[in-house]
Amino acid sequence: MGSTRFKEALDSGKFVVTSEVAPPKGTNLEKMKHHVELLRDRVDAMNVTDHQSSVMRFPSLGGALLVKEMGGEPILQMTCRDRNRLALQADLLFAAARGIGNVLCLTGDSVILGDHKEAKGVFDLESSQLLAAVRTLEKGKDLGGNALDGAPAFCAGAIVTPEANPLEPQLIKFEKKIEAGAEFIQTQAVYDLDNFKTFMAYARAFPVKVLAGIILLTSAPMARFMNKNVAGVRVPGELIDEMDAAPKGRKVDKGIEIAGRMIRRIRDERMCGGVHIMAIGKEERVPDIMEAAGL
Amino acid sequence: MIRSITRNKPEEEIDRLLEGLTRIFVIGCGTCVTLTRTGGADQVRGMSEALAGRGKLITGETVLPVACDNLTGEALKEHGPKVEQSDALLIMTCAFGVQTVARQSGKTVIPALDTLFMGKESGVGRFDEICTQCGSCILGETGGICPVTACHKGMMNGPCGGTNDGLCEIGDGRDCAWTLIYDRLKELGRLDVMRRYQAARNHQASPGPGIWRDTPEAEEG
Repeated sequence: MGSTRFKEALDSGKFVVTSEVAPPKGTNLEKMKHHVELLRDRVDAMNVTDHQSSVMRFPSLGGALLVKEMGGEPILQMTCRDRNRLALQADLLFAAARGIGNVLCLTGDSVILGDHKEAKGVFDLESSQLLAAVRTLEKGKDLGGNALDGAPAFCAGAIVTPEANPLEPQLIKFEKKIEAGAEFIQTQAVYDLDNFKTFMAYARAFPVKVLAGIILLTSAPMARFMNKNVAGVRVPGELIDEMDAAPKGRKVDKGIEIAGRMIRRIRDERMCGGVHIMAIGKEERVPDIMEAAGL
Repeated sequence: MIRSITRNKPEEEIDRLLEGLTRIFVIGCGTCVTLTRTGGADQVRGMSEALAGRGKLITGETVLPVACDNLTGEALKEHGPKVEQSDALLIMTCAFGVQTVARQSGKTVIPALDTLFMGKESGVGRFDEICTQCGSCILGETGGICPVTACHKGMMNGPCGGTNDGLCEIGDGRDCAWTLIYDRLKELGRLDVMRRYQAARNHQASPGPGIWRDTPEAEEG
């Protein structure tokens, strides 16, 4: 296990805040740089997404390097969709050698959901096996059992969907990910905090820091769309009504208020170790969410 | 019963493949493609008529009993000049049949079907893949349901985060294999098996192209 700024924050007992930045589709890094500048001193770490939703983009490894070069603390998201075990291990070695010490291990969305629908989905490994690969490399061996000249060290994490239905299979997977080496967990978006408390009553028994996923609501239709299309995301009717009732032009402000309120409650009631804020497409509003949360 | 599941190629693709080939002999098969209604007697007749309507000269047609059988060459010989004088054989069988005919006839072969998978007809007109023949069978730890085949990502340690209400994230209404496996193992009182960590699969358990010799002295093909 590696020591990073993010790892120190997790271990410090403080309320940890992570957010995310998405690399561009193309070579123009200006917008991403702007988001990194905006967030680097405000959050404990920022995830760099890996072809999110299977849409081809500038790579997460390059994005994480950029965050690092700009003085930020990156969490390298790695999915198993596009690379086999050779390529995944190679990228982990590269990341470690360039000072990228946090990695979030994901299986990845299906290719069919993205913008290259005829591509081959690799899935040579899956999330729990990628975590195991990280821990194997740390011991100075690769997955073929060969010795490494210089071993990496990582703070490795994974995700869980606390609102999944049925939930138990996801919890079995959650436990396997921890056994395979996950030190931190960022959750899929949660909105019903009473449900989340029930999940945490279970999850607290495991040696991981859990960061609750907060997705900024931008409108009532967006909330309904997520309910219909995003696995494991359930926005309760009251929140949708609240978004609906907000005046036109003030919907995002209402979403910020809701996110701030939720984060405040999570922190005040010490539900978990922190939050992971996803303001998909509205990254410049993350500081406003944090302000609304009193962070 | 397991069979080779096939789908008609689009008409435009068949026309493109037959460009410059005028005299066509059409071949179907009496087994899988007859049962799946993609290359039986009716479909062969329909294809011959359609091609004749698009300006091709149909030299003949036949439905081989078992196109992938070693006797296919002999069966084709019965059609003598109709086969010999054709520019190409249009073959309405799975790819196994197409390759067998190609090898045994020495003629230009054009497949009329795409071969999808080895599977079964679960309901009328609904076909499901059963086994991808991966070479490292895991059914003993998954309640007899194959995640390598039935999970879109071939997950080995439980469901991905994309499943919702028992369905797969790819969104065509198919079941999440790991929800089925979970339900089955729960029923069997064997959820402990699902908790076992499965290491990365050996994707070369049967290195492609598949060759298996049951004895070291096995005859060369």
